[in-house]
Formats: sequence, C-alpha cells, structure tokens
Amino acid sequence: MSSVVTREFDVVVVGAGGAGLRAALELAASGHNVAVISKVFPTRSHTVSAQGGISAALGNVQPDDWRWHFYDTVNGGDYLVDQNAAEYMCRVAPQAVIELEHMGLPFSRLEDGKIYQRPFGGHTSHFGGQPVNRACAAADRTGHAMLHTLFQKNLQAKTNFYSEWFALDIVKSKTGDVAGVTALCIQTGETVFFKARATVFATGGAGRIFSATTNALINTGDGLGMALRAGFPVQDMEFWQFHPTGIAEAGCLITEGARGEGGYLLNKNGERFMERYAPHLKDLSCRDVVSRASMIEIREGRGAGPNGDHVLLKLDHLGTDVIEKRLPGIRELSITFAGVDPMKDPIPVVPTCHYMMGGIPTNIDGQALTVDNSNHDQLIAGLYAAGEAACVSVHGANRLGTNSLLDLVVFGRAVGITLTNQLAEGLAMPEVEDSAIEQALVRVNRWNNSTDGGNDPETIRLAMRKIMQEDFGVFREENAMQSGLAKLKKLHADLQNATLKDKSNVFNTARIECLELDNLMDVALATAASAANRKESRGAHSRFDYTERDDKNWWKHTVYFADDKFAFRPVNMQPTHVDVIPLQARAE
Amino acid sequence: MSENNIMQVEIYRFDPELDKKPRMQDYQVDLNKVPGKMLLDVMMYIKDHQDDTLTFRRSCREGVCGSDGVNINGKNGLACITQLVDLPKKVILRPLPALPVIRDLVVDMAQFYNQYEKTEPYLQNNEELPTKERLQSPEDRAKLDGLYECILCACCTTACPSFWWNPDKFLGPAALLQASRFIQDSRDTHTQERLEKLSDPFSLFRCQGIMNCVSVCPKGLNPTKAIGAIRNMMIALEA
Ligand SMILES: Cc1cc2nc3c(=O)[nH]c(=O)nc-3n(C[C@H](O)[C@H](O)[C@H](O)COP(=O)(O)OP(=O)(O)OC[C@H]3O[C@@H](n4cnc5c(N)ncnc54)[C@H](O)[C@@H]3O)c2cc1C
Ligand code: SF4
Ligand code: SF4
Ligand code: FES
Repeated sequence: MSSVVTREFDVVVVGAGGAGLRAALELAASGHNVAVISKVFPTRSHTVSAQGGISAALGNVQPDDWRWHFYDTVNGGDYLVDQNAAEYMCRVAPQAVIELEHMGLPFSRLEDGKIYQRPFGGHTSHFGGQPVNRACAAADRTGHAMLHTLFQKNLQAKTNFYSEWFALDIVKSKTGDVAGVTALCIQTGETVFFKARATVFATGGAGRIFSATTNALINTGDGLGMALRAGFPVQDMEFWQFHPTGIAEAGCLITEGARGEGGYLLNKNGERFMERYAPHLKDLSCRDVVSRASMIEIREGRGAGPNGDHVLLKLDHLGTDVIEKRLPGIRELSITFAGVDPMKDPIPVVPTCHYMMGGIPTNIDGQALTVDNSNHDQLIAGLYAAGEAACVSVHGANRLGTNSLLDLVVFGRAVGITLTNQLAEGLAMPEVEDSAIEQALVRVNRWNNSTDGGNDPETIRLAMRKIMQEDFGVFREENAMQSGLAKLKKLHADLQNATLKDKSNVFNTARIECLELDNLMDVALATAASAANRKESRGAHSRFDYTERDDKNWWKHTVYFADDKFAFRPVNMQPTHVDVIPLQARAE
Repeated sequence: MSENNIMQVEIYRFDPELDKKPRMQDYQVDLNKVPGKMLLDVMMYIKDHQDDTLTFRRSCREGVCGSDGVNINGKNGLACITQLVDLPKKVILRPLPALPVIRDLVVDMAQFYNQYEKTEPYLQNNEELPTKERLQSPEDRAKLDGLYECILCACCTTACPSFWWNPDKFLGPAALLQASRFIQDSRDTHTQERLEKLSDPFSLFRCQGIMNCVSVCPKGLNPTKAIGAIRNMMIALEA
C-alpha cells in the first residue's frame, strides 16, 4: 500500500473560477459527489477581475441574432475557429446568460428592466454591419458578479470545496486513463490522491509567462503543465491576446467596455489614430488589430509620455454620469494605478498580454483529446477541460471581448451535462497502482529534497518572463524567436537544479511558487516552440518575416507535445444549424 | 529619485513548526529597487530577494480578489492598493486581528466564512421561472450598489469590536452586508425569513454603530448603513 491518503469522488474539478464552478454546479445539483480543488478560496480566482461583460444575442437594445454572433466569432478568430464549437456557444449563449440571471447575478438594467447590454470590439449585426450591444454587463464588475453568484449557488448545492489545495500532477490508471490528481494541502503540507471517475481541468490562463500582463499572480498555467507532463498535448499555444488597454507599467486592465461606451485612443499628437487603421469599426475593431495599431504608433515615434512608450485612452467626454454608473471600477483602478482621473485626463495605456487562446484540446462536450500517430483525434478517457485552460476552439487565432466569460459558462455547463449523462450510464472508478501515485509526487518531492546551493527560482522566473516579453510579443520574427527558444531550453534545464530554501510544511507559499514555475516554464516552451513553428501571420500571431495569412500551409490547429513533437488538426467546418462560413479573407 | 529611499518594514512572523511564539522581524528595503508602487510590491520584493519564508496571500494585485487584507500600522487594508507614497518610512505589518494566525500574515478565515454562509448568501425565489430574464427596474437594481461589490477581504469584520467579543454569534459587518445584498434584491422572495433569522440579540443587534468597518473598507462600502437599513425593515415588519 502506498502511504498516500486517497479520497474518492465521482468527479474532481480542479479550479474554482467561472468554468470550474459552472461545471461543479451542474453536477452537484444533480446529486453527484463532486470535489472542487482550488489553490485559492473560490472568490479569489481570476474570473473575479473580468470587467466588461458576457456576450449573448439577447437583442435587448437592438435586434440581434446568435448567427451574427457566430459570424463575428469566426471572423474575429481569423478562421481558425472550430465552427461546430462556435455554433454551439453562440446558440446556447442566451440561455446560459439567462440562467445566470435566474441564479441571481446582479446585472445592470435597461429602463425596461431587461439586462443591460453594451457594445464591444468586433461584435456586429447582420454579418459585419454596424456595432451591436451584445455584452451583458454588471457595471464594469461582471466577472466579480458572476464568480460570486456561481460560488453562492454552489454553497446552496453543497458542493465539496477543497480551498487552498494545490493540484500537483495527473495520476494515470493501469490502462493509461486519467484517474485523478495528487494535491497538496497548502495549510498543512499534506499530500492526497484525489481519485475520480472523471477529472475536469478548469485551471485558467497563464499570462504570468510574460513580464507585462493583465493577469493575476496565480495565472500560472498549472493545468497545462500537468497535461504536458502526463504526455498529453496542448493546442494553438502561439496565439496569445495582447489587450490594447493595459495601464502602462502597472499592467492592470481597462476594459474594452470603456471604448464600447464611447472612449477612444489618441497618439501623442492627439490624433484618433484608429480612424486611419480601421475606418469602419475604428476603436471597436478586434483586439489584435487595435494592439498592432498602437504598437506601430509607438514604434514610429508617435507614442505619448516622456519615453513615447504608450498611447492614451480618452474618456472624459463621456461625462460624469456614464463614468460613475457604467465604469466605476475603471475609474478606481485608473486613479490608484495610473494616478489619473479619467473624468479629467486620458489614461496611459499599452498593449499587454491578456488571454491565452490555446489550451488543452477538447471536443464540444469538454472531453480532452490527443492526436495519435496517424493524426487522428483520440479521446483521453477520464480527462475533461473547460474555460481558459481549454481550447475547444471557439476563439481561434483571436478572441472577441466578452466571449471568454461566455466560454466559461457554456462549456463549464456542457462538461457538467456530459458527465451527468456519462455517470448515469456508468463511469468506472479507475484502478490505480501505487507506483502511479508515487510517480505523480516525484516533482514535489524533488523540490522538497532540493539542497542549498542550486539555482535561484526567482532569477529563472524573471529571465523567462523577459524572454517571452521581448521575443514573443505583439510582433514576432524568426531569429529572435529561435534565440529566445534556445534560452528558454537552457532555463528549463537550470530549473531542474533549482533550490527551494523554505522547507516548512505550514502554508509554504515559496514551495507553491516553485511548483507554479515548473508549469509556467512548460507553457512558455509550448508557446515559443509553437510560435516559431507557425510561418504565417494570423490573428494575434503576427510576424515581420511572414506578414500574410497562408491558408494553403497553415489553416490548421497546432498540436504540441512536451517532447517538442508537433501534430496538426483540421479546422472544423461542420456547424449543423447554420450555414458554414467559408474560408475567406478576414473582414475588418 | 532620491538616493536614500529606504523603507523599514517590521513584520509579524510566526511559523508554528519553528517558533514557540510570534516575533517581529525587521527588513530594510531600498524602494528604488522595487518594481511597482504598492505595499504588496514591497512584500513581494522581500520574499523574492531577501527572505523566501515570508508568508502572505495574494492573487489579483489590483484590489478585487480580497486576498491580501493585512494590518498596516494599526489599520486594516489591502496591501496591493496601499500606495507607498502614502506610507511613512517605517511600516509595521501584522496579520488581521481577531482570527487565528496560520503563519506570518496568513490568518485562518474559517470563522469569517462561516458567518458569511450563515446568511444564506444566494438568491432564493420560489416563483416559477420566466423563459427570459426576470425584470428588475434600474431603481431596484440601484439598491444593490454598495452591497454586491464586497470582496470578502475581512478588513471590516476583523476591525469590529463586537466581532472580537462574539466571533461565533455576531455575524460581523461583511456577513451582514451580504445579508443586506439579498434582503434588498427585488428578485428575492425570502425577505421576511431572512429578517427573522437576524432578529436574535446577537446576529445583528450586537452592532454598536462604531463604524470601524466603514473606515477600513478598501472598497468604500458602508456596512453600518446596510445594517441600519436592515434594522429599519425589521421595525417596519413589527409595526
Ligand atoms: C483583467 C481582466 C478582465 C477580463 N474581462 C473579461 C470580460 O469582461 N469578459 C470576458 O469574457 N472575459 C474577460 N476576461 C477573461 C476572463 O476573465 C478569463 O479568461 C476567465 O475568467 C478565466 O476563467 P477560468 O474559469 O477559466 O479560470 P480562472 O478564473 O482563472 O480560475 C482558475 C481556477 O483554477 C484554480 N487553479 C489553478 N491552478 C490550480 C492548481 N494547481 N491547483 C488547484 N487549483 C488551481 C485557481 O485557484 C482558480 O480557482 C478578462 C481577463 C482579465 C485578465
Ligand atoms: S458599526 Fe457595527 S459592524 Fe461596524 S464596526 Fe461597528 S459594531 Fe462592527
Ligand atoms: S465590506 Fe469591505 S472590508 Fe468588509 S469584507 Fe467587504 S470589501 Fe472587505
Ligand atoms: S491581491 Fe487581490 S485584493 Fe490584493
């Protein structure tokens, strides 16, 4: 017998952000024994930071149609979006959002009492026509309102929470299926094997691989690291969204909703430069388009500030009332982090790493996939994923604002429904050998047993983030990427000989940071290798040396394995309730 | 930047595996080397470059997740939105008062969460669900402003003398603010039951109106006012 304590559940959900909580709610409400593991208390998850809104074609302000939302999603994703998945998401969106309202989410309201909706970048009516109000919002605190509501409903449904437990690694069954995870109780240092019929990864993003990011400190890509180490692939990791309006230097986000309410960007000459780059949608163009425009302004010497290193977001013309009612959180952030009151002065902003389009590949039921040697999809028995950690792929090469919160609830819900059905039909409890559990503790044991005098984890972390920032940012190019990739591989080797000094068992956050660094490094390597490999420009992946989209060679998903092996998956073109959107040049 | 920009930070330290009792430890930090301008940046700098055993919670680093409530020179606040320029050159950091210390600045929040859960903090409505959203007028929705934004940081509750004396019976300002968030929601049909559950001498009535909670809330919320509004509703109910 292994000395490791085992706890058994029908389902273990790793992650208590929007995706994990939505999945757990579905399962707990149908009476299954679910455990939710989260490295922070649920309401401290990153979803709490989401500001602007969640999209759904409710048509509360103007006529709207989920098919228009579907078109925008596919077009905005530069035709790398799987059309069956985007169809499912956009079609279910109105129902998923109304369910949130029924749960109690305090949406802002229109005069007639319906849910308030605002415009957001890339959302149009009539297949690329005029901007449409599709983002359902609770002021500019939509993520906070959503996360708290979902947590509260899980309390009511009596979900088992393991808060401040850190998932370490995947445990495989005798047949190679996923049988659960090992996890560490942060408060006591105890390690436990959480065994389950199904394991759901809802571990969120990994923006902390970059120096400048809007992401929380806990966004370290743990789910992806665990999957890669278990021999499973990640998909489309070259596609990272840079948000046009991160507060310069601080990184905190100013929601696109600020432009949705009528704000716009200026260069140092006071020119509203987006009119030049995108005459139709202007400041409400897709994020990759606006971020590139801002970077070009800065590179060509029209950036604002003493160092010319940012642009300006003007809001004062919106008036006190709009700012107080619709953007109160933005005003707070801007005063605190930029020292600027947007009622009076423009906010200094710069394109900042924001969102990971890639992740663990899944089908539309949320079941994780791998690709076999003859390039066929194979389901990974026992493993599911949802939210930012997953790549189902509804965001393709560039995500539309407000489509992530939607992704969380639609596919969190889908995983819940799938598992409810599968459990009803009977999912076996996997059989596990002790050696498999021990295997999933090797990594934490290495850190625990590391001896003084090894490499310094913080030095490695800083170097990694700098490489990602400099060589894999908004614009990319072969030589820089190859040298960046080589440096990362060296750092990865250094990390295997790094030292954890603090060996306490009690609330050892130094140990957690080391374990997170392993995951960050795996994600950085996947990103760098995938980016260097894709020789075209598409969506958020923009190269100086291959400036055009190349459908002939690159209209496919990148699938990356930790041993630097690549495979590819075709883009799905089989929606069932709507005409397929044929491959075409991306409309502005 | 001035050449001598040293901040002296004295921090409460306690690791139950190593320390018999808590102690205070001094750190000298050259602010010119700290990236960022918040107190949390200084704490992270110490952890990253001087002493990796220093222990505290943090997540969002922008004042929205409620992880890093600490006691700063005697006053509770969030480290991540406490500006260095507003602090003196000597800073004393202690864990939030009134809750058991797990290690250093990390407190055991169980009691705080228990009190929150006692208020049944979820919408209750047994009417039939409409196929679309329930309607709510902007005026009714406005009643939730100042209530739903709470980030559960516990700065208020751990600054409240009534909670110090009766942490198991008095719900504390944060939980009462949540109670109010559902009592005020036009979509909740359990208003009366909610009010009745708060009518014992302790749950709510131990509030002395001292307003410590209001003065520390980093989100500018006003639990005292929310508690007052609940009281008024109870009086109206009895009348
Ligand atoms: C500032 C900001 C604003 C945004 N605004 C919007 C918006 O307006 N609209 C929109 O659609 N999108 C928005 N986004 C994007 C969106 O918020 C995120 O993509 C989304 O919240 C991710 O949710 P999630 O459930 O996948 O993961 P998260 O909310 O990040 O949750 C991850 C969970 O996994 C847990 N976890 C991770 N690793 C481990 C581990 N090893 N062990 C145990 N637990 C673990 C964490 O504790 C956490 O509970 C915004 C993003 C940012 C940064
Ligand atoms: S007003 Fe009431 S709740 Fe607030 S600190 Fe004083 S006693 Fe506590
Ligand atoms: S009311 Fe304010 S101080 Fe109290 S828990 Fe909520 S946010 Fe924190
Ligand atoms: S770290 Fe989230 S509130 Fe300070």
